[in-house]
Amino acid sequence: MKRFRRHGQESQRDRLKQELFQFNKTVEHGFPHQPSALGYSPSLQLLAIGTRSGAIKLYGAPGVEFMGLHDENAAVTQVHFLPCQVELVTLLDDNSLHMWTLRAHKGLSELLEIGRFTLTGPPGAPPSVTRVTAVLAHSSGELLLLGTEGGHVFVVEVPGFRELEERNISLDQVASSVPDDYIGRRNLEHVEALQENPVNPNQVVIGYGRGLMVIWDLERQCAVQHIPATQQLESVWWTEDGGYILSSHSDGSYCQWMVSGEDEDEEKSDIPYGHFPCKAISKIVQLPTEEGPPFLLFSGGMPRASYGDRHCITVIHSKTHVALDFTSRIIDFFTIRDGPQHTGDPSALVVLVEEELVVIDLQTEGWPVIQTPYLVPLHSSAITCSHHVSAIPLKLWERVIAAGELQNTHYSKKPWPITGGQNLAPDPPQRDLLLTGHEDGTVRFWDASGVCLYPMYKLSTAGVFHTDADPNDNMNQGTEGEWPPFRKVGCFDPYSDDPRLGVQKIHLCKYSGYLTIAGTAGQILVLELNDEAAEQTVEAKVVDLLQGQEGFRWKGHTRLDVREEPVLFPPGFQPFALVQCQPPAVVTALTLHSEWKLVAFGTSHGFGLYDYQQKNNVLIKCTLNPTDQLAMEGPLSRVKSIKKSLRQSFRRIRRSRVSLRKHHVHNAAKLQEANARLEAELAEMELAPVQRKIEARSSDDSFTGLVRTIYFADTFLSDSSHSTPSLWAGTNGGCVFAYMLRLPPVEHRAEEPVTAQPAKEIQLMHRAPVVGIVVLDGHGAPLPEPLEVAHDLARSPDMQGSHHLLVISEEQFKVFTLPKVSAKMKLKLTAVDGSRVRRVGVAWFGSNRSEDYGESGLVVLTNQGDVHVVSLPTVKMQVHYPCVRREDVSGIASCVFTKHGQGFYLISPSEFERFSLSTRCVVEPRCLVEVPLHPGSSNKHRPQPDGASSAHRNARQGSEDAEVLQEIQKSLEGDQTSFLENNVKSAVA
Amino acid sequence: MNKNHRVPSNRSLSAVEVKSKFGAEFRRFSLDRSKPGRFDEFYGLLQHVHRIPNVELLVGYADVHGDLLPINNDDNYHKAISTASPLLRLFLQRKEEADYTFGTNSLTRKKNTVLSAVLLRPDPNRKKPPVIISLPRDFRPVSSIIDVDILPETHRRVRLYKHGQEKPLGFYIRDGSSVRVTPQGLEKVPGIFISRMVPGGLAESTGLLAVNDEVLEVNGIEVAGKSLDQVTDMMIANSHNLIITVKPANQRNNVVRSGGGGGGAASGSSGRSSDSGASYYGYSSHGGVGAPASMPSHIIQNFPVGELESDEDDEDLVIEAGGEAEPIRRASSNYSMPSLLRYEPHLNLRVAATSTSTSTLSINANGTLPASGSSGSLSNAISTTPSLDRAIERRSLEEDGTVITL
Repeated sequence: MKRFRRHGQESQRDRLKQELFQFNKTVEHGFPHQPSALGYSPSLQLLAIGTRSGAIKLYGAPGVEFMGLHDENAAVTQVHFLPCQVELVTLLDDNSLHMWTLRAHKGLSELLEIGRFTLTGPPGAPPSVTRVTAVLAHSSGELLLLGTEGGHVFVVEVPGFRELEERNISLDQVASSVPDDYIGRRNLEHVEALQENPVNPNQVVIGYGRGLMVIWDLERQCAVQHIPATQQLESVWWTEDGGYILSSHSDGSYCQWMVSGEDEDEEKSDIPYGHFPCKAISKIVQLPTEEGPPFLLFSGGMPRASYGDRHCITVIHSKTHVALDFTSRIIDFFTIRDGPQHTGDPSALVVLVEEELVVIDLQTEGWPVIQTPYLVPLHSSAITCSHHVSAIPLKLWERVIAAGELQNTHYSKKPWPITGGQNLAPDPPQRDLLLTGHEDGTVRFWDASGVCLYPMYKLSTAGVFHTDADPNDNMNQGTEGEWPPFRKVGCFDPYSDDPRLGVQKIHLCKYSGYLTIAGTAGQILVLELNDEAAEQTVEAKVVDLLQGQEGFRWKGHTRLDVREEPVLFPPGFQPFALVQCQPPAVVTALTLHSEWKLVAFGTSHGFGLYDYQQKNNVLIKCTLNPTDQLAMEGPLSRVKSIKKSLRQSFRRIRRSRVSLRKHHVHNAAKLQEANARLEAELAEMELAPVQRKIEARSSDDSFTGLVRTIYFADTFLSDSSHSTPSLWAGTNGGCVFAYMLRLPPVEHRAEEPVTAQPAKEIQLMHRAPVVGIVVLDGHGAPLPEPLEVAHDLARSPDMQGSHHLLVISEEQFKVFTLPKVSAKMKLKLTAVDGSRVRRVGVAWFGSNRSEDYGESGLVVLTNQGDVHVVSLPTVKMQVHYPCVRREDVSGIASCVFTKHGQGFYLISPSEFERFSLSTRCVVEPRCLVEVPLHPGSSNKHRPQPDGASSAHRNARQGSEDAEVLQEIQKSLEGDQTSFLENNVKSAVA
Repeated sequence: MNKNHRVPSNRSLSAVEVKSKFGAEFRRFSLDRSKPGRFDEFYGLLQHVHRIPNVELLVGYADVHGDLLPINNDDNYHKAISTASPLLRLFLQRKEEADYTFGTNSLTRKKNTVLSAVLLRPDPNRKKPPVIISLPRDFRPVSSIIDVDILPETHRRVRLYKHGQEKPLGFYIRDGSSVRVTPQGLEKVPGIFISRMVPGGLAESTGLLAVNDEVLEVNGIEVAGKSLDQVTDMMIANSHNLIITVKPANQRNNVVRSGGGGGGAASGSSGRSSDSGASYYGYSSHGGVGAPASMPSHIIQNFPVGELESDEDDEDLVIEAGGEAEPIRRASSNYSMPSLLRYEPHLNLRVAATSTSTSTLSINANGTLPASGSSGSLSNAISTTPSLDRAIERRSLEEDGTVITL
């Protein structure tokens, strides 16, 4: 009977859990790791990026984004949109071709893979015969031309991938007609480039690696013209009027050839950065303007000896000649053109480099950069920590934006030029801020409210200190008359002046605008938001955390030198107080209470409390174990060396990869080689027998004194009738210290001292590190943040009922009564499933059924990469989901939770994955991309391969149009099934 | 096992004559055999009649064989009363003194001195080495084999008592593969194995675990599918009371069970738990956390129940400083000198420290601790918790770097 009743309750609870919790990985923010291919559809206004891990990502207007992942774990080497359609083709490193489409489903588009295909050569042919090196999506939208390493061109009907054998252009056919006097006629090598004649879709130019280009007529199946270039070919461009062909070559030259229909031998070659040997020009583009000279854009071609290591794109227009100098390797680039047909003047240059996407406004004087609303490199300096603040008050939001706008004056005013698709996501319910701390001492503020993680403001703390940076080492030192005329672009700058500047902890009070930032060398800055620039001196208050403990000598880095002269701080957050911990160890815990005007901090040696109004120390407590010498070593030297050697070997491999030219053939082989080497290195490391010592933790362990968490609470610490301000600190050794704080009345706050009185000390029996401390009010709800109640944004806590203390250790969750500390409830984690708490946060979960029901809960990420929700105040496990791979240690360490059940973690140095545990708070892309309105490309003459009319993109469509659209959609979907059938057939055959 | 005290012997008189010796003094009084009362009352009575209210005592009695046996809980107290014929001879000694008189050789020499807390079997002719009985609390249960009746014969469930031990657990585990029988035939599956024993460690000294034993469960939870690191963390999290189920690599030494009987016949317990009258040891239902609730009650162990349950490691040490006794503003003038602050907590802790043990069972487990007798000594302490001394003791223990709580 009892069991039955319980069962009923359980199922009711289960239902409630379903209404409250649901796990989704919603969107990836930042820049894709290791991009390897770029594609663009002028008709859809969508950009596509393929990565080395086989992901394909599509971006349009801000908020419009799609992601797909190939089943094969192979790099995407090429991406081509089918002209005027919603399909795109990807070529992978394993020589497979994949067809993707954007299919509308319930009013939203989805990116789906609808077919795959691998060229099959004649039996017995070497694999090089079918190894695809060049792809041309023909403007008819029905044909795909595939050039191969063997020099053949295969013609395939798309999107069904049906080989049209009779239309193939074999190497023999071409070679037979090559002029006898052409030097390279014996071996034309692979097909390097395929281009369609913009004015005659029946003509394509086939560029062979050896240099020869052949204009081929697809209808008549014969060569029209031979262009006998003698240098190794890199790329080919057919000018828009169809009159000329540009070819770029491996010696840094480019040539212009007249399309005359007759063979001519005259080679008009130009080496733009000539005289000395130059590197290859890997891609060349020439675009006309309505009036005036054309734009010429090419990548590479730099003098090998002096600038061979630069990653440059040269843009030449009239008398303006600029070599855009990027900080990482160029993957690919394209231009966006004006006009409804996208055939007008070039308006923007979009460059994908290895670490960022740079868009250059070609119509504004000086060609400024357009700020990207997405794909922003989070890792322009390595991320060292992050902090999320939910529900920012409008006031603070506007001030931060204003401060940020002052920093962005060098950006172009032009709107973002890529505008495909419609963002149908509802407006975010609140303003959320994500703060990332970086290795170079900067803190970046991101608008994390919606799908686009948009940069708002950047704060640098380096100005407070003297650093090792050479002031003359200016990146932008463009001297007059320098040749080539370099111009640095992009913000990826991974080089830190001084690793001690690295930001380790951040805490922002969203109501008062006070911010505290703590760093690697024990520095803690307190900053205030100021709308005006101000010149001030920041004095350091030194805190000796060792408190005279004998026998310790700090072996780590020294503290940073503070600038003694006044420093001019621009509008925004300006430092006004600085605490310097001694020894200058990494700050491991930090919090700020804006109502009490106190900052508390901890390192591996102890913790302290600082009064930022009176600018003095209130409390210093050493937690260092007298036998713990390791805590004085600074950053773990041994761990570092392993990490370093690993990093070096990765660098070596990357270098060897980078130095390879783009031929997949060689690439693949060398990549394999490099991978094998890496594997061997890793295997070597694993040769040491993997065994684990089983030993109880003791108080003698190292780093037991490291302060892991620090917390302010107004609660009942000494007696149950009067609540007092209190400070709580938890250590790595499972110890919790509680201090009672006495604050002078507000009117005497500036004069009378704040005092801290030791009140309690709890040694957890299991000695696991304390990672979180929360006080729960009489209702079992976590205490609100400082000033939250004052701003009417939270219910005031229940101070009548008894408060509880929740101590979260790596191994268990334990609730104690207050003021007399005795254990009340607990939940064991490690003893039961062997996982340990890595990150924890308090979140509020709203029900998706009833608007007014919600619960507080603990969100926990374990070292196994699972996320759990633990109920409050009963500490019961509610749900758990696998989230991060357990091997991804840095991903787990980077995780940060929001107050509404979402979270972020780094999936690569440059990307945050956003996930949600809440049914109510889900931020995910919801967008629609419509099919261009003339899919049947029956019109014979097309001015430009991608020059589709895009009237469809008009948001206000008549109902008739919509109907037409549906029709098309249906037919398209019908067709797709037949494509799939075709696939099956071809696979069988 | 406790039959004796429930059914008083027919021969016994209704009153038990008690002769109690403390130091050189004797006291005589009598107790009602049928209503002996509880041990703590008896203990209080002893302190009262000897007029030594604040002295912690060890109570021993001479049994029918002339052996000196301890009285420190209700069971052995009842046993002593029920077997007394007719005189119950008690020997009291100060706890702290007694602690140092336990030792094998010196004590056997003092065979006839009543203060020795040893028992020599009264058969000197057999030249048997002396059997030494210490008080139960002086034993350090090291390990035991448990659940023999419910486990397959090839498995062994070993319990290691780390509590209060300075000895390291002392073993290592590794990844490996083991062969399982599945419907599809033999299958190789990953497993966790003991890879190394530290000489002199707890694990080695028990003799119950060996290198290459496969670890199947940790505190009742299967390790299959868990990574080496997970299993390591589980073991460390349970290290104060670790129960490992292993499949010993060497099956020859494994327990061989007699066919019909089944439960509880074989005890591999390392403690010599011969029935000496102290019914401290015995069968009891398992109170452990990790073990499934369905586990039968025939678990052989040589450890008090209370101690068993104290493996619910609730005994976090809470130290309250200051409290109402001290004015909050007391040190406020000093706070401009932060260096003064640092030593204050410790000073406070030493003087006014008091422990709140959340597990009442753990107090009982100590056996000799009276509930009310010693609280008088806490006249200057703020809290009413009865174990000030223990708290201080623990504290000092902790300072020495050993485990704080028993």
